Amino acid sequence: MTDKLTKRDTPARDTSVAMVKAEGVHKSFGQVEVLKGIDLEVRPGEVFCLIGPSGSGKSTFLRCINHLEKINAGRLYVDGELVGYRQQGDKLYELRDREVAVKRRDIGMVFQRFNLFPHMTALENVIEAPVQVKGLNKGQARERAMQLLERVGLADRAGHYPSQLSGGQQQRVAIARALAMDPKLMLFDEPTSALDPELVGDVLDVMRDLAESGMTMVVVTHEMGFAREVGDSLVFMDDGVVVESGNPREVLTNPQHERTQSFLSKVL
Amino acid sequence: MTADIDKTAGPKDTPPTGPPAIKAIPVRHYGRYLTALIAIAVLGAIIYAFGQGRINWHAVPDYFFDDRIMTGVGKTLLLTVLSMLIGIVGGIVLAVMRLSKNPVTSAIAWFYIWFFRGTPVLVQLFVWFNLGLVFEYINLMPFYKDYWSSFMTPLLTALLGLGLNEAAYMAEICRAGLLAVDEGQTEAAHALGMSHGKTLRRIVIPQAMRVIVPPTGNEVINMLKTTSLVSAVQFAELFRYAQDIGQVSGAPVEMYFLAAAWYLIMTSVLSVGQYYVERYYARGSSRSLPPTPWQKVRGHLTSFSSRKVTA
Ligand SMILES: Nc1ncnc2c1ncn2[C@@H]1O[C@H](COP(=O)(O)OP(=O)(O)O)[C@@H](O)[C@H]1O
Ligand SMILES: [Mg+2]
Repeated sequence: MTDKLTKRDTPARDTSVAMVKAEGVHKSFGQVEVLKGIDLEVRPGEVFCLIGPSGSGKSTFLRCINHLEKINAGRLYVDGELVGYRQQGDKLYELRDREVAVKRRDIGMVFQRFNLFPHMTALENVIEAPVQVKGLNKGQARERAMQLLERVGLADRAGHYPSQLSGGQQQRVAIARALAMDPKLMLFDEPTSALDPELVGDVLDVMRDLAESGMTMVVVTHEMGFAREVGDSLVFMDDGVVVESGNPREVLTNPQHERTQSFLSKVL
Repeated sequence: MTADIDKTAGPKDTPPTGPPAIKAIPVRHYGRYLTALIAIAVLGAIIYAFGQGRINWHAVPDYFFDDRIMTGVGKTLLLTVLSMLIGIVGGIVLAVMRLSKNPVTSAIAWFYIWFFRGTPVLVQLFVWFNLGLVFEYINLMPFYKDYWSSFMTPLLTALLGLGLNEAAYMAEICRAGLLAVDEGQTEAAHALGMSHGKTLRRIVIPQAMRVIVPPTGNEVINMLKTTSLVSAVQFAELFRYAQDIGQVSGAPVEMYFLAAAWYLIMTSVLSVGQYYVERYYARGSSRSLPPTPWQKVRGHLTSFSSRKVTA
């Protein structure tokens, strides 16, 4: 994806601005506090891995980043801009649905259960948002979509419906669908957890390729091998807080915190 | 592809490699023979009774394509289509209102459904027809002003009565359909930057259709039959014309048979249409589409002729 690389190299992008910045992010569902003050920073171009036990709030945090969930306290910035609000003076104004939708165009999301549109073919899934949201004409969108499907190794499946694809293929189409919007940030929520073991590799290969092209990625995963090889930073979350963070190779081989140690001993 | 396996191909054409085929004397179902016999006897008796009745069967073919009957058929179809259109559009709007987070719109939709489902459509038709007793004028300030009685033509009465009542039923069908779509679909669409409206139109509703279409087909068939009620508010359709001819020609019962035959023809055609619409909305939901009736017939024919080749 050369266009992505050139985009990143343009001087307009200030690389000192964090792609994602969380300051004391809190999120509750009713009485239950799920995120209890998350602080972290994702730098542009970085592959940022998020690990932790089930129920620790990883998905919730990811969903806060593109405002699928509203945070209750703290501040969350994407590319220097507040998520879901506009600040004027010391007052916060909630963004309208339309404004939120515009911001989401720049953030791709890949779900654990793929969530492809079942009534559309692979190709139609990929061109849907460029045509409907960005207003691209169908011909352009189709051409670009075919390139993306090629890139994830599925050009020959363009006319297949999701039900006619394996889980791994569906997930790769889902990645192509997210990339079709030319996002500056990609969020992955356990992209390989719903896959049969022999299909995991193909999806990870696509993600690795994407990382090499310079995409900023926040990846919730249980694939420690991927985190170690591809990750630039890693955060271990437990019970709604960041317990430990650092270089993935260091954290994974030499965890400092007792909770990290016990988690890793279970999954490794 | 598993879909290519021909299930109708019996053991006859499998090559004789395995153990010999079982040749056993099948169980005789004497009970089945008996019930079949009784059923045929009863049917015969009914047909005989009608044959004996003083029914002038010739009147049916004589009037079958009568101009008035054809006009009636046309009007019945028109009324069915228009009422269903009002019903479907209204139903979708009500369903979305009902599911909205706004408690006021949700409550209004609830009340509408409660009222229109809870009262007989015939009563509703009479209410629309006779609202002139309460409102002398209809007054849409700058645009339109007229006496209620000349505004509320029989057609409008029929359309409002049937359509608004149908909307209440369609609302429940649509609501079930919308709820059947996985939340992940909405989420994925929102994550791509699609607005609420686009998400609903492009992603949720097309998937909900798979759940909505089969009961809607039944509603259309029901509506076609229910249109016969509007003769009560002076709208002339098939049933009304058949009745009129019956009174003039002195063959009232025969004309009811004629009307019944036309209703049967129309509902049968609608059932076939329903099959194809269902098939269209099933795309993507299973690995291969169910065959059309024609494809089924062709499939059987070719499987007969090419048995030996495919084995
Ligand atoms: N929409 C919701 N309503 C109520 N509770 C929720 C909701 N979403 C998540 N939770 C709860 O928040 C906690 C964290 O969930 P999640 O972020 O999915 O964890 P993880 O992805 O780390 O497994 C869980 O206890 C879950 O039950
Ligand atoms: Mg999760």
